[in-house]
Amino acid sequence: MKTTRLIAAVAAGAIATTGLAACGGSSGGANDSSGDTKATGKFNAAVGNVFNPSDAKGGTLRYANSGDWDSLDPADTYYGYSWNFIRNYGRTLTVFKAGPGAPELVPDLAESLGKPSADAKTWTYTIRTGVKFEDGTPVTSKDVKYGIERSLDKKTFPQGPTYFNDFMDLQGYTSPYQDSDPNKLGLKAIETPDDQTIIFHLNRPFSGMDYFAQLPATIPVPATKDTGTKYKEHVISSGPYMFKTNELGKKFTMVRNPNYDPATDPDSGRKPLADNLEVTLNVNADDIDNRLQSGDVDIAIEGTGLQSAAQGKVLSDAALKAKADTAATTRLWFTSLNADVAPLDNIDCRKAVLFAADKTGYQRAYGGAIGGDIATNLMPPLIPGAVKTDLYGAGSKPDGDIDKAKQALQACGQPNGFATNISYRAERPKEKATAEALQQSLAKVGIKLTIKPYPLADYTKLYAGKPDYAKKNKLGLMVYGWGADWPDGFGFLSQIVDSRVIRAEGGNTNLGIKIPAVDAMLDKALETTDTTAREKIWGDIDKAVMENASALPGVWAKGLLFRPDNLTNVFVNNGFGMYDYAAIGTSRK
Amino acid sequence: MLTYIVRRLFAAVILLFVVSAVAFSIFFLVPRLAGATAEDLASRYVGKSAGAEQIRATAEALGFTDPIWVQYGRFAKGLVAGADYPTGPTTEHCPAPCLGYSFLTQNPVLPDLLDRLPVTLSLAAGAAVIWLVAGVATGVLSALKRGSIFDRAAMGVALAGVSLPIFFTGLLSLSIFSYAMGWAAPGGTNPMDAANPAEWAYDLLLPWITLAFLYAAAYARLTRSGMLETMNEDFIRTARAKGLPEHKVVLKHGLRASLTPILTIFGLDLGLLLGGAILTETTFSLPGIGQYAFLALTNNDLPKVLGVTLIGAFFIIIANLVVDIMYAVVDPRVRAK
Repeated sequence: MKTTRLIAAVAAGAIATTGLAACGGSSGGANDSSGDTKATGKFNAAVGNVFNPSDAKGGTLRYANSGDWDSLDPADTYYGYSWNFIRNYGRTLTVFKAGPGAPELVPDLAESLGKPSADAKTWTYTIRTGVKFEDGTPVTSKDVKYGIERSLDKKTFPQGPTYFNDFMDLQGYTSPYQDSDPNKLGLKAIETPDDQTIIFHLNRPFSGMDYFAQLPATIPVPATKDTGTKYKEHVISSGPYMFKTNELGKKFTMVRNPNYDPATDPDSGRKPLADNLEVTLNVNADDIDNRLQSGDVDIAIEGTGLQSAAQGKVLSDAALKAKADTAATTRLWFTSLNADVAPLDNIDCRKAVLFAADKTGYQRAYGGAIGGDIATNLMPPLIPGAVKTDLYGAGSKPDGDIDKAKQALQACGQPNGFATNISYRAERPKEKATAEALQQSLAKVGIKLTIKPYPLADYTKLYAGKPDYAKKNKLGLMVYGWGADWPDGFGFLSQIVDSRVIRAEGGNTNLGIKIPAVDAMLDKALETTDTTAREKIWGDIDKAVMENASALPGVWAKGLLFRPDNLTNVFVNNGFGMYDYAAIGTSRK
Repeated sequence: MLTYIVRRLFAAVILLFVVSAVAFSIFFLVPRLAGATAEDLASRYVGKSAGAEQIRATAEALGFTDPIWVQYGRFAKGLVAGADYPTGPTTEHCPAPCLGYSFLTQNPVLPDLLDRLPVTLSLAAGAAVIWLVAGVATGVLSALKRGSIFDRAAMGVALAGVSLPIFFTGLLSLSIFSYAMGWAAPGGTNPMDAANPAEWAYDLLLPWITLAFLYAAAYARLTRSGMLETMNEDFIRTARAKGLPEHKVVLKHGLRASLTPILTIFGLDLGLLLGGAILTETTFSLPGIGQYAFLALTNNDLPKVLGVTLIGAFFIIIANLVVDIMYAVVDPRVRAK
């Protein structure tokens, strides 16, 4: 009897515990979506068009990020989504227009695009009048100059791009924090003769200065408010939103900037529709996909697309697929051929690899057509000047042209094939699948590949991107990916085809392409201010690299994006290859 | 007893320094022994277009160019006396115990850890209560009803609990109980933003249960086997022969004797969790020490990794000390010694 009572008591405790676990509070949790207006769409409705167009203001846009920003500071950020989002709190001299069409560079803080000197070494911009910081202080050319000066300080801001460091005539200038000028404006490479004019002096001709002018480093920073590495905790806004709260690594919220005047912003296409922006950081990536579908999150801010698990679910369900878009990007998945490793120093041996490669298998490794299109050459079609050049049968024999591969092997003196190594990043299953697909297809002509995985974090710095390591370890083929900093030939090609940027200390994405004629064409393009002529040179460079068989193009990448029903004014901005974060709204109030 | 505690605390400080030296060697010395140069290490913390000059400057700024003992000396000095770090226009003082600055965010590590500690404490404490009560209760019941359907079912569930990984049960429970049924808070909810204790508990409900499920299973099996062994002991027969009520025999003599090994494991488990419940926090996107550790590891942010290692070691040492003291409370035989 007593035992029974005891058991009952213990059982009651266990049940109570379970009950405690099962019953929840009444607050938080499920999303109250009252006030939603549901839009119905179709697959790719936001590609090339504005889906659910609206001018209605209000509501809170809820972003989620599976990682974290490199930095919210405009001097220290290099992530694509960051450059997309930063338009909400900063105004650059020029900007990629918020619109669904081809990427278009337009003036933002400047009244017009830059005015070059005849030699393209001096560029002048005029700052609009009436633009103010969040505290009501007018924005001047000196604030822009100060912002660029601090971005040059790579000890304090190591993560941002180095274009201004590389292309300006710095004359030894390192940082405003070491500047003896009382106003900290001692950089001679930038002149500010008055509050509206800013003049850049470059160390070489450069026709693409307007692309540099859209870098976040040109966002004005008031020198009196600069707190160095702490500035990221509260960046002073010059855009339509300003920071309300900022818990680094966790979450930040933004509200409307009362001193933003749309009249000063006629060209950028910005539409600050939502009243508030809320960004949660370091959220589990698979959980973000679930929450997008449940309506608990509006936008996956990284813009790289759904994870594999959610991709399968969305593509197999017609209702869900109607809410998805495949955004073309300026990213290429490719394999570099290392001419330092024999017999790939012979062009015909390289051609044999390109002919024999299974291009369909390469595409399958990246998820098939959803993951991207088979690339025939380097430059993705989104980039102005890109011309499809199919020299190795990507269109006619996508599974591999065995006959032509064998002919090429004969020509290179290796009729029975040869052996070499192929490297990939160990943490990336898609790159592993690529290496395996190439191993199988190249084996058909006698080219034996041994697969060598390396850790992702050090892949370019210590292994495949380090010339002496790659040569010593006979890495003939190296699986890579490359995304343009912006959709332009220079932004895409400069780091992967210019032999002069190959650094002995590592960190390279290109080891194989060393063609003097290509280097010369790059220099020519930089001097050419005529846009059409310059874009033709980019296409010619791409063709020359393919003729040299220096790289095996794999896939022009796409991302499968998901748009919940409540989003308004949704479109893919081809300048960033993801939804536009400066013109999107929500009907959820 | 007081002398004992003071002695143990002193030993804990020494142990923490040993842990810091070993951890520092693993993160900073081993890569150098493997052939990595100061520039190789620094190249992880610069933008993709950084040149040799910038990489060299970063290596110097992060102190990689100094000999390893100088680097450790600087770290140890920071622990004892604090350190100064440049922010650009000014210099910021990091008071002792300074665990260093992040290589990537350039923020001091200790305030970050302390800021995240309440989330980890909330998660670990709540889950510990659930797994202890549910696990021990199930274990006792299974032992008393050995071979019954309840026993078999409970042990089956326990087997599932120890076998299923948290990133599976966590995402599954979120899909069902949060997104489909709306009974629980979604992932990414920070319980420290809750307006009241009820909301805090609601936000943590699924993480608690998911984490407790894993541990409760192991505790149920442990309690069951301990109770089965204890209930066959002579002193239990003696207690029954004396005419003690059964609930006293089971709770005061049976369970209490079985508790000692459970307490040992509990102390270690709780100490480990306070150093970060990595899988649970990353699955539920809870901004605690575990998530911080995961992000630090994936980004190679060594000062953060070192900080988490030290705080984890600190909690394990403290938990062991508490367990040793608790032995005396639970087991009269220890007190007698």
